[in-house]
Amino acid sequence: MSTLTIIYTVLFYVATLVFIGGLAYRIYEYTRTPAPLKIPTTPAPTTSAGVVYRMAREVVFFESLFKSNKWIWVFGWLFHFGLLLVLLRHIRYFQEPVWFWVEFLQPYGKYASFMMVVGLLGLWARRFLVDRVRYISTPSDHLMLALLVGIGVSGMMMTFVAHTDIVALKAFVLGLMFFDWQPLPADPFLLIHLGLVAVLMIVFPVSKLLHAPGIFFSPSRNQVDNPRERRHIAPWAAALEREQA
Amino acid sequence: MAAPDFEIPQFQEHAVLDIPKIKEGAMSHIKSFVAGQSAQEYLGYPWELGENWKERAIERMGEVLKKYRSVRVFLDACVHCGACTDKCHYYLGTADPKNMPVARQELMRKVYRRYFTFGGKYFPWLVGAEDLTEEVLNDWYNYYHECSECRRCSVFCPYGIDTAEITMAGREILNYVGMGQKYSNEILVKVQKVGNNLGLPGPALEDTLAGLEEDIEADTGVPVKLPLDQKGAEILLVTPSADFFSEPHVESLIGYAKVFHAAGASWTLSSLASEAGNFGLFNGNYETMRKVAMRIRDAALELGVKRIIVGECGHAWRVAYSYWNTLTGIGYGGEDPYSQMLQKQLDHRYPQPMHICEYTWDLIQKGVLKFDKSKNDHRIITFHDSCNVARASRMGNEPGGQFTIPRNIIRAVANNFYDMDPNTIGESTYCCGGGGGLLTDDLMEVRVKGALPRMNAFNAVVQQNGVNFLALICAICKAQFTKVFPYYGFDMSMVGGVHQLVSTAIELD
Repeated sequence: MSTLTIIYTVLFYVATLVFIGGLAYRIYEYTRTPAPLKIPTTPAPTTSAGVVYRMAREVVFFESLFKSNKWIWVFGWLFHFGLLLVLLRHIRYFQEPVWFWVEFLQPYGKYASFMMVVGLLGLWARRFLVDRVRYISTPSDHLMLALLVGIGVSGMMMTFVAHTDIVALKAFVLGLMFFDWQPLPADPFLLIHLGLVAVLMIVFPVSKLLHAPGIFFSPSRNQVDNPRERRHIAPWAAALEREQA
Repeated sequence: MAAPDFEIPQFQEHAVLDIPKIKEGAMSHIKSFVAGQSAQEYLGYPWELGENWKERAIERMGEVLKKYRSVRVFLDACVHCGACTDKCHYYLGTADPKNMPVARQELMRKVYRRYFTFGGKYFPWLVGAEDLTEEVLNDWYNYYHECSECRRCSVFCPYGIDTAEITMAGREILNYVGMGQKYSNEILVKVQKVGNNLGLPGPALEDTLAGLEEDIEADTGVPVKLPLDQKGAEILLVTPSADFFSEPHVESLIGYAKVFHAAGASWTLSSLASEAGNFGLFNGNYETMRKVAMRIRDAALELGVKRIIVGECGHAWRVAYSYWNTLTGIGYGGEDPYSQMLQKQLDHRYPQPMHICEYTWDLIQKGVLKFDKSKNDHRIITFHDSCNVARASRMGNEPGGQFTIPRNIIRAVANNFYDMDPNTIGESTYCCGGGGGLLTDDLMEVRVKGALPRMNAFNAVVQQNGVNFLALICAICKAQFTKVFPYYGFDMSMVGGVHQLVSTAIELD
């Protein structure tokens, strides 16, 4: 087995561990930290079903962002839903046989990469063109966009310009999954693509990408507006009450 | 009004302001007075930076991160998308970029990153992490006292990040290292020592209420009472202390009394709980907020009331509606003996606590109250949604009742009503500019400039519809607009309460 294959094999195991372990730890931390007070941004739903509906509108349509700024909404939505379709298309590399709906999405997923990259470039342009956004942008904001654009463009190069050996790639991925390691095709675009994806996975739990799990834990969005009907109290606040009683 | 030593912003033609270009440092010269020894000591905080202030600050931040999911998630989740950058009234009025919600959060986030995250510990330059220095701490002090905790940014953030939570955490840490704000902290002392924010002792309150009874009787010929500390009354009214002494606040107090009279209700005020306001909210300290809230519970138990109703006050209603049940067990659904004691006493047929607007609207719907709307015909009215009522609480059973109920009352008692531009009311309402502990003269420049988005939308209805009355349901809004209106060329008599309108039109027998 080539050195290259060994490096990428190890890289992907490390990246997967960091990604899953790091994310799980963050989610554990969020779960463990109580929200001591009722702070839904009102008007807010008065039932749990209502909260699920509110959250779904946020996650699927970016409702608050839509209210806020149409440009960020357009570019953000293009990027995220382009990315979603692209990710779904990639399921085919992880299974044999491939689910029919993954096959069905294949052509859409291919062209969704344009949505994704256009969205990213739009968001990036705002970091230069809008003085307020320029003021708040940090080097890591630019690097994150560069990383995602790099992943998108290197992937599109393989889809539309210089095809890589898909059969060998799939063997490599399945090999990783079943601990039956196979050689990785030494195609520069593929190596760039996979390398950047591994970096993305590794930085995920220590970066602003935490907005993905974060939104589900956001008390201003996930709380039911029923403070008069149900007493809401955090464990540390209840302990304080017992102490002072 | 003394001549201001700053420029008063100009109105624009459209109700919604253009977004200004950033002007770095535009408001960095503003520093609210720092609290002295006595107030800090009473609240259990130091009154000057000790040698180890930095360690203490980081330690406190760590504790807050463990206790408040909001702070932890909000510090992690921001992607710097920019959606909030043009949403803060202080940014729109001052153009200081540190008044953009994200930048205000960033003052804390950069320190959080430095001491609590992997990226910030090892690659601070990359992720915008920074050491906590005295300069940073001073920035916190300035800009966490240029935030009214109005939550407008949280409406527009795709993750619901609420800068108010960060501001509160920032003020708590500042207090903990000895940099409290004079205005808020002195009020927190007065409310706990004397019973209200104005520091008004019981006998003075009694005199005031007796005087008001005389005035009302002279005015209407009807003996409307304002009972104090009446044991066995059915309803306890808790209202901001400004309602007893300030204009136009007192006109609403007269309005509540007339409503109770017309409904034949048995009600009382309490000298122990002669203040609905709870500045503990502004400082983000749970225990202080709880102590202040406990006065209400104590008064309710002592007087044996069945219902608790809260007067026109924005942040007080937030604390009452959203937090009282948590802090003191006023409300329902508590399974612990602590909250059940009070819950046995309260009347389960009504929500506890209830807003005075909910109460009045309920009576109007039942046909109990009679009005002569024409008595308000000299007024052309608009209504300002107060931030804490709009975005941090509710009235009635439906989401959004906090918008419809006060407007329904106004329409029931007056003929001329016009709303301001829809982008500036409801959940998108602009803060008056004086909320969250900023209602102090040392922040006058912040208050006047921060009021610009609201004043601009108000000016639009004045020009188009001839509006001459701004109806409010918040003591801070009333005090702020009374003070700020003259700066913008309006007469302060245009400011008033919703129950002032009720008071004008109600028919008593």
